[in-house]
Amino acid sequence: MNLPIAIARRVGYALILLLAVLVLNFTLLHLAPGDIAETIVGESGGASKEMLAKIRKDYGLDLPFHEQLLNYLDRVAQGDFGHSLFFDQPVTELIFEKLVPTLLLVISSLFIAIVFGTFLGVFAARRPSGLLSQLITVLALLGYALPVFWTGIMLVILFASLIPIFPTSGMDSGPLGASGVGYIWEVLHHMTLPVVTLSTIYLAFYSRLSRASMMDVLGADYIRTARAKGLSEQIVIFKHALRNAVLPVVTFAGLQFGALFSGAVLVENVFSWPGLGTLAFESILRRDTPTLLGILFFSALVVIIANLLTDLAYRLIDPRIKTGAKA
Amino acid sequence: MMISDKPARPDKQVAIQVERPWLEAWNMFKKNRAAVAGLIILSSIIMISLLGPLAFPADPFAGAGPLLSPPGERGFLLGTDQQGRDILVGLLYGSQSTLMVGAAAAAITITIGILVGALAGYYRGWVEEVLLRITEFFQVLPPLLLAMVVVLLFSPSIVTISLAIGIVSWTSTARLVRAEFLRIRELDFVKAERAIGSRNARIIWTIILPNAAPPLIVSAALSVGVAILFEAGLAFLQLSDPNVMSWGYLISVNRPQILEAWWPVTFPGLAIFITVLSVSLIGDGLNDAFNPKLRQR
Repeated sequence: MNLPIAIARRVGYALILLLAVLVLNFTLLHLAPGDIAETIVGESGGASKEMLAKIRKDYGLDLPFHEQLLNYLDRVAQGDFGHSLFFDQPVTELIFEKLVPTLLLVISSLFIAIVFGTFLGVFAARRPSGLLSQLITVLALLGYALPVFWTGIMLVILFASLIPIFPTSGMDSGPLGASGVGYIWEVLHHMTLPVVTLSTIYLAFYSRLSRASMMDVLGADYIRTARAKGLSEQIVIFKHALRNAVLPVVTFAGLQFGALFSGAVLVENVFSWPGLGTLAFESILRRDTPTLLGILFFSALVVIIANLLTDLAYRLIDPRIKTGAKA
Repeated sequence: MMISDKPARPDKQVAIQVERPWLEAWNMFKKNRAAVAGLIILSSIIMISLLGPLAFPADPFAGAGPLLSPPGERGFLLGTDQQGRDILVGLLYGSQSTLMVGAAAAAITITIGILVGALAGYYRGWVEEVLLRITEFFQVLPPLLLAMVVVLLFSPSIVTISLAIGIVSWTSTARLVRAEFLRIRELDFVKAERAIGSRNARIIWTIILPNAAPPLIVSAALSVGVAILFEAGLAFLQLSDPNVMSWGYLISVNRPQILEAWWPVTFPGLAIFITVLSVSLIGDGLNDAFNPKLRQR
């Protein structure tokens, strides 16, 4: 099977997954105890009778379940995820505003974790019982056991009062802040602590993964051949071994995108980062169900796209992978 | 978050019969000092959670002294929070719900994981196809967000929180169990069992599952830690049972004051960290005990 067909198949499958997410959203809404109209309104400012009646009519709550579901899917297909009563804005608008900051946070953290993690892992693999290897083991334990939001809070305490060199809240300095290049610098400055917090967990993970994978690769015959023909250690490691050792790292990067989003929800709330996680928390406080369901859908969409890109990256790094074979 | 994406043991059937496998495993476990330390710490935490509230009968939600009293002053070893509650009492009572949710959620995770993984790995064919698709579906949903939706819709209680955590975190267990079943179902003793006409249920639960136990035990230990972190994260987002004290709740309510008072947030976080760390160390020890082949790594 050639590449375009394989990609088309993956995209088709992704669409089915998205449809399933919508069905799940709708089913959860219906399984929840209580009046659906009231669940949808949430507890924001006590909805009026007219408001409830309007929602019942909009959602067709007197129709049988499958008809309601079709109506819901129809609305979603037109980009309508409902109206957030608390923010008084369509849910889609609300989410698109917050999606970019979240992606910025998640992608930078993943990038830093992968680059530094691979770097650490590759060097540690050369001396499996050396100091660096032990450091990675300790880092991995910390990364597993530290609650990420607590690490963030500790950093806030440290950097807000003791060493005030990084801002601990928000994404920029507000309307009085800089513009143009100055603004980019400002965002980077604000990003530092959230990104450090979020990437620490995954840094340990990727350094362990790449160490194990590098140790496997360094034992392979073709590495011995490369050394035997007198290539420098640099070339052997970075040109011959790294390319193969990095494959599992790529696989996990795609798989972990969902988990990374979960971490981002917590980290965003610690640092008041204006993204989806902060929005999700606000919708919990207001019991704003349409917004929360919308966030769940759009983050699933991002994860699915990330998986597709990973798949593509994998094929580019390792052309031997048969197109069409599923992961 | 385990890294072993390979089968835990080599594919060759090793014909080593250990006389008393549990004793052997315990001996291996004992050699890992960090794991023994983890076991001691975790047992102490469990003991404290059982006995602590008996020793200090108090309402953990009630104010006991001045607001935000620093640790070590006025007889409050760990200080008080912004409502004058004794942090130490909060930690003692909070340990119960934290451990309970951790254990219950891990049990749900493992149960769903075993069911899905075993059926997929044993029957293969369309059963496997369907179950794999369901697994992939759950991997696409960010676990914390899904848990947040479930807990919000069904209102937070110990039961809904445990269920929500279990429902969102079983996928890696299912993949592990499936991989083990795929490997073991081809081994000779399983083929022999099939040849003498044993029922599928018997082969799955009494023949293959016990042989898949070693990596599963390790993964079960790790999922307790993950569940505890999860519960704390949900509580931090104010999704905890309003009538039950928990460590995450303490962090969440005292967070606005962190710049005036570090202690009401620091101590519960440390408690979570130490508990999860001890669980993880035990997991490492169990790995040594049950997967000795991997130890050389």
